[in-house]
Amino acid sequence: MFGKRIENIYRLGIKELFSLRRDVVLLILICWAFSFAIYNAATGFSHDLKNASIAIADLDKSKLSRQIGDAFLQPFFKRPAEISEGDIDAAMDSGEYTFVLVIPPDFEKDLIAGHQPEIQLNIDATAMMQAGIGQGYVSNIIAQEIQTFMSGVSAYVAASHEPPTQLVTRYAYNENATSSWFTSAMEIINNITMLSIILSGAALIREREHGTIEHLLVMPLDPFEIMLAKVWANGLVILIASALSLFFVVELMLGVPIIGSKLLFLAGTMLYLFFATALGIFLATMTKSMPQFGLLFILVVLPMRMLSGGNTPLESMPETLQNIMQFVPSSHFVSFAQAILYRDAGIDVVWQEFLIVFVIAALFFAFSAMRFRKSIAAMR
Amino acid sequence: MSNAPENGASLAARLDHVRHRYGHVHALDDISLDIPTGRTIGFIGPDGVGKSTALALISGARKLQDGVVETLGGPMDDTRHRNSVLPKIAYMPQGLGKNLYMDLTIRENLEFFGRLFGQSARERNDRIEKLVKATGLEPFTERAAGKLSGGMKQKLGLCCALIHDPEILILDEPTTGVDPLSRRQFWELIDQIRKTQSGMTVLVATAYMDEAARFDQLIAMNDGKVLASGTADEILERTGADNLETAFVRLLPEEERKGHKDLVIPPRTTHGDVPAIVADGLTMRFGDFTAVDNVSFRIEKGEIFGFLGSNGCGKTTTMKMLTGLLPATEGTAELFGKPVDGQDTELRKRVGYMSQAFSLYAELSVYQNLELHARLFHLPADRIKPRIDELSERFGLTEYHDDLAESLPLGVRQRLSLAVAIIHNPEILILDEPTSGVDPVARDGFWQLLVELSRDQGVTIFISTHFMNEAERCDRISLMHAGKVLISDTPGEITQKRGCDTLEEAFISHLEEASGIDDNAPAPDASAMQGDGENGTTKWKPAKASFFSLRRLWAYSLRETMELIRDPIRLMFALLGTAILMPVFGYGITFDVENLTYAVLDRDRTETSRTYLENLAGSRYFSEQPPLNSNDELEQRLLSGDIALAIEIPPGFGRDLEAGRSPEVAATIDGTMPFRAETIHGYVEGIHSKYLNERSMRNTGLPAQTLPVSIETRYRYNQDFKSIYAMVPSVIALLLMFIPAVLMAVGVVREKELGSITNLYVTPVTRIEFLIGKQLPYVGLGLINFVLMVAMALFWFEVPMRGNPLTLVVGAFLFVFATTGLGLLISSFTQTQIAALFGTAIATMVPSVMFSGMMQPISSLDGAPAVLSTIMPTSHFMSISVGVFTKALGFAELYPQILTLVVFFPALTALSMLLLKKQEA
Repeated sequence: MFGKRIENIYRLGIKELFSLRRDVVLLILICWAFSFAIYNAATGFSHDLKNASIAIADLDKSKLSRQIGDAFLQPFFKRPAEISEGDIDAAMDSGEYTFVLVIPPDFEKDLIAGHQPEIQLNIDATAMMQAGIGQGYVSNIIAQEIQTFMSGVSAYVAASHEPPTQLVTRYAYNENATSSWFTSAMEIINNITMLSIILSGAALIREREHGTIEHLLVMPLDPFEIMLAKVWANGLVILIASALSLFFVVELMLGVPIIGSKLLFLAGTMLYLFFATALGIFLATMTKSMPQFGLLFILVVLPMRMLSGGNTPLESMPETLQNIMQFVPSSHFVSFAQAILYRDAGIDVVWQEFLIVFVIAALFFAFSAMRFRKSIAAMR
Repeated sequence: MSNAPENGASLAARLDHVRHRYGHVHALDDISLDIPTGRTIGFIGPDGVGKSTALALISGARKLQDGVVETLGGPMDDTRHRNSVLPKIAYMPQGLGKNLYMDLTIRENLEFFGRLFGQSARERNDRIEKLVKATGLEPFTERAAGKLSGGMKQKLGLCCALIHDPEILILDEPTTGVDPLSRRQFWELIDQIRKTQSGMTVLVATAYMDEAARFDQLIAMNDGKVLASGTADEILERTGADNLETAFVRLLPEEERKGHKDLVIPPRTTHGDVPAIVADGLTMRFGDFTAVDNVSFRIEKGEIFGFLGSNGCGKTTTMKMLTGLLPATEGTAELFGKPVDGQDTELRKRVGYMSQAFSLYAELSVYQNLELHARLFHLPADRIKPRIDELSERFGLTEYHDDLAESLPLGVRQRLSLAVAIIHNPEILILDEPTSGVDPVARDGFWQLLVELSRDQGVTIFISTHFMNEAERCDRISLMHAGKVLISDTPGEITQKRGCDTLEEAFISHLEEASGIDDNAPAPDASAMQGDGENGTTKWKPAKASFFSLRRLWAYSLRETMELIRDPIRLMFALLGTAILMPVFGYGITFDVENLTYAVLDRDRTETSRTYLENLAGSRYFSEQPPLNSNDELEQRLLSGDIALAIEIPPGFGRDLEAGRSPEVAATIDGTMPFRAETIHGYVEGIHSKYLNERSMRNTGLPAQTLPVSIETRYRYNQDFKSIYAMVPSVIALLLMFIPAVLMAVGVVREKELGSITNLYVTPVTRIEFLIGKQLPYVGLGLINFVLMVAMALFWFEVPMRGNPLTLVVGAFLFVFATTGLGLLISSFTQTQIAALFGTAIATMVPSVMFSGMMQPISSLDGAPAVLSTIMPTSHFMSISVGVFTKALGFAELYPQILTLVVFFPALTALSMLLLKKQEA
């Protein structure tokens, strides 16, 4: 009996793969999602400062003030624009410049005289990401220019006084904080979630629309076998696609050094795929048609994508939300994927999260299996 | 209305050398026809021979490919002529209620069509009243179309077609799947209406050869060609047949008739042991609807037992209960004396099932389908190939082995389905309408196989059908109607006991008796159609074609609103979508980094080191974890993600500090998430300099000065530099783009999928009326969402609105027109709802998130992203939303964005009009 069930699950899964092979749209989607989409996410978008727009209201017009203006370089900054003091408000209201620097009159003179002049830096704080990082850049550039300038002034005694204590910072695991290391793997995770839900859900809905599911149910098969076949076949496709993407796109093309065990990551991915495909089947049993499935899919996938920690660190979210997300396996997946891939964590570190993912997946699967017959029957 | 002479001198329509193909399939192959005015003309032939294509071309619903089609005296590929004759044509497409709206009531459907033909409320009501009286639908006008029986749906379809007094009435298979009584009533109704509207030409396609006899003229079609035309008598005479079905077979070319022989069913030898199938009081209820009501029967072993009835009468539901697919609400079903149980896999091995419509894996080959089923039934491995070969031989499938199932002709598909159903040698075969749409020759071949199975192998066959002549071939049949079995007996006995000549008449007689009990329609009274206006005083003028009509536009707006309100899933997405996604994005896209976990490895443990660490502990950004004891522990806890930052204070820190030896404090930051790491870096640096300042103040009374200038940083608009003040207004723009666009796109493509788009093709409604009419409800919905999100921003996220609210409202109004317009644009070239859904989602989300100023300020973009940000409406509204909420701006500053948004609506509408087709390709 057991052997026959295994054989059924195997046969049905093979059939699933044949069906997928004929679905050109889905195949293109899979290829695109695990190649270009990953590459784009890693290279096209970064948290680094890029092309920031800056304007300078230079009321000093001295050699130093011009030097400061020339120090804002591509690709971090656009060429600084000259504006008058009166235009500052309007320019910032319209969002034309994120940074506006005001250099007061007699700036250079006051500096040499040791009068501690004040430079004003206006930042459009609605441009959250750029404003936060850019502030540091701008301050550093000004400091650097001033120091260079002052070292040429004889009257100035170089600030050789060492600070009483120094802070030495080091980024562990990603020395230069290169964002593509992070975004590439997170994009793989996002696409694993998205595609495994679509693949398994659409496979079930297609069978229901074509009436083939009824054929299976009048054969000596049970929902458990039918579902497990979909889980393994669709899961396998995604697993292979993610592995290829990890080796070829992330490591080879993007040159991200993965220090952790890729096998352990793929093992964890397998557990997660069990969950995601079961979720796809579950959603399919909840809906009557493909469009309904699509709408529900959006309402489920977007929160998983945004709130699982691949986008915003979990600890920055409200506490209730954090607690809720503990029950969503995608947040554990993000967490153990980061631990394994970047920090080289072993099974001793991640086994608990593996277990949680598996338990939630199994619960989902069992629940869907219970609903399965009923939901098909209710289709009429 | 033209008063053409009866001899057909004037033509209603003319086809000249018309060809039409779909891909490689020739639907019409060089057809020429003259269709006279004032007659009823029947197109006969099985599915897929080109009947529907011919009718759709005449009605103007389909675009002409090759040849000439003239309707009412002018060419239909001339747009001007087509527009002028559309109000004179009525077209009822194939499929039960295909052009009706199932969520709308009878009255609402009729009102919609009345508005489409520009009728005033008085005219509309007058016409509706007469039509529902004439068709007997009057008592049911408040019932939703989806809840009507097949016969009533067709009557409603007819009413909708007749609401504008058409000169040509085109009916494509109006009675397929309808019970015989309703069918007869339908044709009587048509006859009566024709008497009152003598000039009307009626074109009908039908697959029922028996009802074709009542038409004035017949056009028999096969394989895209006309086989014969003439009156029924002429055709019978020419072929020497005694009925039209036989005549049709004889008209077929020699090649197609090859192997066809008249079906002979040998008498059944009774086996006399346990009955194969016993149903006792089977009942199935879905909610308050009883699909099957107390059905009982006994089927002997080896018997061919038929279920005869209309679509939706409960045949399929009964069969599903017998297979265990549906658990019965009440009653029992037994196979071979064992109760049917959804879990009993052993019993299922003895049953074969063929469901309605083709339901094998279309993407697998014929051989793969057979093999898969053989394996799933666990045929011994060495038996599989011989069994497949044997069946393929007998069913004529061998030559198709490697073809994909989806590429097979209908007749071959049915044979494959049967082969699959019997691959495991079942003792019972349950077949649900296995032959609908199959041509007569293939049907007889299929029956030949059934007869062999029954008579030679003793297989019990339970078959359902809505064809009378098929029912006559069964050993015994049950007549079914509205969930009940009217009678079970041999076909001969049923006919005889009722004193009728044919089974059809006997069925009708039973139906008439039964209609006394249930709420069937009262007898129609076509005389109600006579006379125009109230008391026959006003003469309503026929509808005229006009370029633009607010009434037609309103018809679509009203209908769309009603449908939306009655569709729970779309309504939920429309209203709750923002409520769910707003917090998701509000919290999900944030640059505030808080509650960062850190731990300290303090190797100094002096007063000085503790003072240094105090600032860290007091920061709102950090949350302290138990201290570290060793470097190993530091590594370990960073690794496990327990802490994001480790601070190490060297031994002798306090001493060295006092001695001016500038000791180093080491901060190790988890670099996994680069953005978070950089933010932590900034915070730690800040806390470090704060300590230096404090120390300097303590020691010298002066702040620690490292630079000879001070940089005064002013965070404008958002002094606390909190993410939500920027993100929440941006998310409003994002979701107001996304949700209305997706719903709009699905709303239009839905009509393409369900078939009601035909009403755009064949009624005078213009594209602009259709587009704007459908758009208005979604604009309203978008504005509701907008109000909801603004309320959430103000009261949940507590983001204050500092600028001018009216500016925001005006911006939102224009923006929603633009976003729904974008949805319309996408829907005008997508074909399926799912493609529209994901297409719109990707097309709106990606540019909105990436290139609208949410992540990267627009001023930092160049190249393609900069262009994209300009041509998508999101960036403009996002500026308005962030401007009003956080930057405290109003019209004076934001008028350029407002003016830009004004342009989108007309531009998108014009583009959609260009892309939307007013005819089917």
